[in-house]
Amino acid sequence: MAQAEGSYYVPHESYWPVVGTIGMFVAVLGASIWLIGMGHVGVPVTLVGAAIILFMVWGWFRDVINESVSGTFGALEDKSFRQSMAWFIVSEVFFFGAFFGALFYARMFSVPWLGGEGANFFTGLLLWEGFEATWPSHGPGELGGDFRAIGAWGLPAIMTAILLTSGVTLTIAHHALKDGRRRLLNWGLFATVALGLLFLCFQAYEFYLAYTEYNLRLETGIFGSTFFMLTGFHGLHVILGTLMLIVVLGRCLKGHFTADNHFAFEAAAWYWHFVDVVWVLLFIFVYMI
Amino acid sequence: MESTTATHDDHYHGPASGIRRWLFTTNHKDIGTLYLWFSLIMFFVGGAMAMVIRAELIAPGMNLVDPMFYNQLITVHALVMIFGAVMPAFVGLANWMVPMMIGAPDMALPRMNNWSFWILPIGFTLLLMTFFLPGGAPASGWTIYPPLVLQTGDAFPFLVFSIHVLGISSIMGAMNIIVTIMNLRAPGMGLLKMPIFIWTWLITAYLLIAVMPVLAGAVTMLLTDKYFGTSFFDAAGGGDPVLFQHIFWFFGHPEVYIMILPAFGIISEVIPTFSRKRLFGYEAMVYATAAIAFLSFIVWAHHMFTVGMPIGGLLFFMFTTMLIAVPTGVKIFNWVATMWRGAMTFETPMLFALAFLFLFTIGGFSGLMLAIVPADFQYHDSYFVVAHFHYVLVPGSVFAIMAGVYYWLPKWTGNMYNEFWAKTHFWLTAISVNITFFPQHFVGLAGMPRRIPDYPVQFADWNMVSSLGSFVFGISQLIFVAVIIGCIRGGTRKVDDRVWEGSHGLEWTLPSPAPYHSFDKPPEVR
Repeated sequence: MAQAEGSYYVPHESYWPVVGTIGMFVAVLGASIWLIGMGHVGVPVTLVGAAIILFMVWGWFRDVINESVSGTFGALEDKSFRQSMAWFIVSEVFFFGAFFGALFYARMFSVPWLGGEGANFFTGLLLWEGFEATWPSHGPGELGGDFRAIGAWGLPAIMTAILLTSGVTLTIAHHALKDGRRRLLNWGLFATVALGLLFLCFQAYEFYLAYTEYNLRLETGIFGSTFFMLTGFHGLHVILGTLMLIVVLGRCLKGHFTADNHFAFEAAAWYWHFVDVVWVLLFIFVYMI
Repeated sequence: MESTTATHDDHYHGPASGIRRWLFTTNHKDIGTLYLWFSLIMFFVGGAMAMVIRAELIAPGMNLVDPMFYNQLITVHALVMIFGAVMPAFVGLANWMVPMMIGAPDMALPRMNNWSFWILPIGFTLLLMTFFLPGGAPASGWTIYPPLVLQTGDAFPFLVFSIHVLGISSIMGAMNIIVTIMNLRAPGMGLLKMPIFIWTWLITAYLLIAVMPVLAGAVTMLLTDKYFGTSFFDAAGGGDPVLFQHIFWFFGHPEVYIMILPAFGIISEVIPTFSRKRLFGYEAMVYATAAIAFLSFIVWAHHMFTVGMPIGGLLFFMFTTMLIAVPTGVKIFNWVATMWRGAMTFETPMLFALAFLFLFTIGGFSGLMLAIVPADFQYHDSYFVVAHFHYVLVPGSVFAIMAGVYYWLPKWTGNMYNEFWAKTHFWLTAISVNITFFPQHFVGLAGMPRRIPDYPVQFADWNMVSSLGSFVFGISQLIFVAVIIGCIRGGTRKVDDRVWEGSHGLEWTLPSPAPYHSFDKPPEVR
C-alpha cells in the first residue's frame, strides 16, 4: 500500500497479543507450580506456555514481516521500530546493571565488612571470627565447600575472541548488505551465527568444568551466585541473539532487506553488539579483576 | 489477516464488535479505556483491603483479622494500589491523551500497546490468587525485604512472577509512549511546544525503562536465593540483605516519581485552563521535571537511613534528597503564579487540582522532615512515614488522576458529568482524606510503628478518627463511579469541542466525543 503523505500505519485488530498473554500466563503459572514442589505438573504446563509464546512470536513476526515486505512501512514506522529496539536494549542494560551492582557491592562492601573492615571490626571479630575477606569468596559460611575460580586466560579469553570476531563478521555482513553484495552478506551472517553457537558450546563446556573440576556451583556463596547469574543471563541473551540472527539469515536467503530498508537486520545486530559489550564487561569484572 | 492488512486502507475502520473489540484492539482510545477501568477496579480492590486494615485499627486489641492476614493485607494493598491503580491510571490517561495532544493518529506501536495492557490482568491474577494458596499471600510489606520475604509460603514464586509480568507491561508501555512522542508529533510541534502533560510522561517513561528492569533483577535474585541456593542476600555466603534494599530502592525511588510526574503534568494542564491564563514558566516546569527525574536516581538510600550505612553515605543521600525540594518548589510556585490574577473558576477538576496543591505540599514538607538523617532515625518505620507517603500518593497522585478524569471525561464521552455530584465527591473526598491521614502524623510522632495490627491505648483516639475518616473516603468513591457512569450514559448536557472556556491544545480541536481515530491528517501547529 502506498502511503499517503504524513499518514502512519495503524494495524488492524490483532489476536497475537492475547495469544502472547495466554502463553505468558500459562508459562509463569507452570513455573510457579514447579517451584512450589509440584514439578510433575509444573514443568509440562511451563512447556505448554513456552510453546504458546513461541507460536505467538512466530505468528506476530510473520504478520509484521509480511507487512514489511509488502511495503506497508514508511520511514516514520521504521524510525519507531528502531527507537523502540534501542530503548529495549537500554532496559536490558539496566537489568544487567542490577547484577553487576550486586557483584560490585559484594566485592566493595559486603565481603570486606564481614571481614571486619572499617566500622565493622566487631562484625569480623565476634560474628565471623577468622574470616578473611578475599575475592573470590564464598563467604564466612564457606558455602558450597572449597572451590577454584576459572582463570581469565584460558577458556574465557578464547570465548572473548570468538564473540569479538563474531562482532566483526556481523559488521562485514552489514556493510555487504549496504553495498548490495548478497553473497558476502549471507556468508558474514552465517559466520556470525556459527561463532555464536561455538561460543555457546564453549560456555556449556565451561559450566560443565566449573561443576566437575572446580567445584564452582551456583551455591558457592556470593562468588558462585554472581558468576553463574551474570554469565548465565549473558548466555541466555546469546541464545536469543543467535535465534534472531538465524531468522535474519533465513530472511536474507529469501532475498529480504534492501540497502536502505533492513530494520530487522539492524535490530538483531544492535542486540548482538550489546551482548558483546556485556561479555567484555563480564570478562573484565568477573574473570580478570 | 496478515495478507489483508496490506491491501486495506487502515485508517478508516471503526471498532470491531463485542468482546473482540476489547481483546484484539489496536486503538489507543480503547486501550486507554481498558487501562482506566482496570485501574478503577484495582482502586476498589486495594481500597477494600484498606478498609479492613482501618477496621482492624479502629480500636486497640485484636479486633477483626489475625496478624498474619493483616500483614498480607498491608502488603497486597500497597502492590495493588501502586502497580494496579495508580500506574495503570496514568498509562490509561497517556494512551487516551498523548495521540490527541500531539496530533497523532494513534500510538506508534498499537499491537504492543494492546499487549502492554492485557498482561496486567494476568499479573494481578497471579498476585491475588496467592490469598487462596497454602501460607496465604505475601506478608513482608510491599518492599519485599529479605530475609523476611523468603519465609513466604507457596505464594513466593507467584509474587515474583507477577512483578516480572507487571514490569514487562510497564516497560512496553513506556517504550510505546517515548516512540509516539518522539515520532508522531504534528508538524511544527517542537519539543518545547509540547503540552506539559506530554513532557512529564516522556520523562516518566524514561524512568520506567531505567528502573523496572532493576526491580526485575532484584526479585530474580530473591527467587534464586530461595529456590536455587544463591546467596545474594545471605551473609553466610558473603552476600548482604542490605544489598537487596539498595537494589530495591534504586528502583523504588524513581518509582515514586513515576507515580507523581504524570500527576504534575495533569495539574499543569488543569490549573491554566481554569485560571484562563497560560502556564507560568513553561520551560522552567520542563527543566524542573527533568531535574527531579535526574535527582531521583541519586537519593535512593534515604529509605534506609537506619540500616547502618557509613556516615558519608548518610550525608550524601540527605543532601541530594533535600535538593529535590528545589525543582519541586519551582513547580509549586509556578502553579501559584499561573493562578495569580487569573479569571479563576472552580469546576471539579480545578477543585481537585487546588486540593492537590495544598495537600501534596504537606506531603512534600513531611518528606523534608524525613530527609533529615537524625530526625529520620526517630520517624523511621513509624506511622509518620505512612502519613507522609499517603499524603503524596492519595491527595497527590490519586487526586491528580481524578482531576484528569473530570477534566477530560467530557472530551471522551461528549457529555458533561453531573457537577453537583462531582463536587459532592470532591468535598467528601478532600475532607475525609485529611481526617484519615492527618492524625497519622500525630500517632507516628508519638511512636506508633507501622505494619503492626495492634497498638497501646494512648493511640486509640486518633486511630479511631483515622478509621472513621477512611470509611467516609471509601464510601465517597462510589459517588465517583456513579458520576462517571452517569456521564458515559448521557450526563447533564452535550458539550462542544472546546468543553472548557479556557482550554488550549490540540485535544480540544477534535470533536466531542473524540472520534475513534484521532488525527488522520496531522494538524498544523504554529
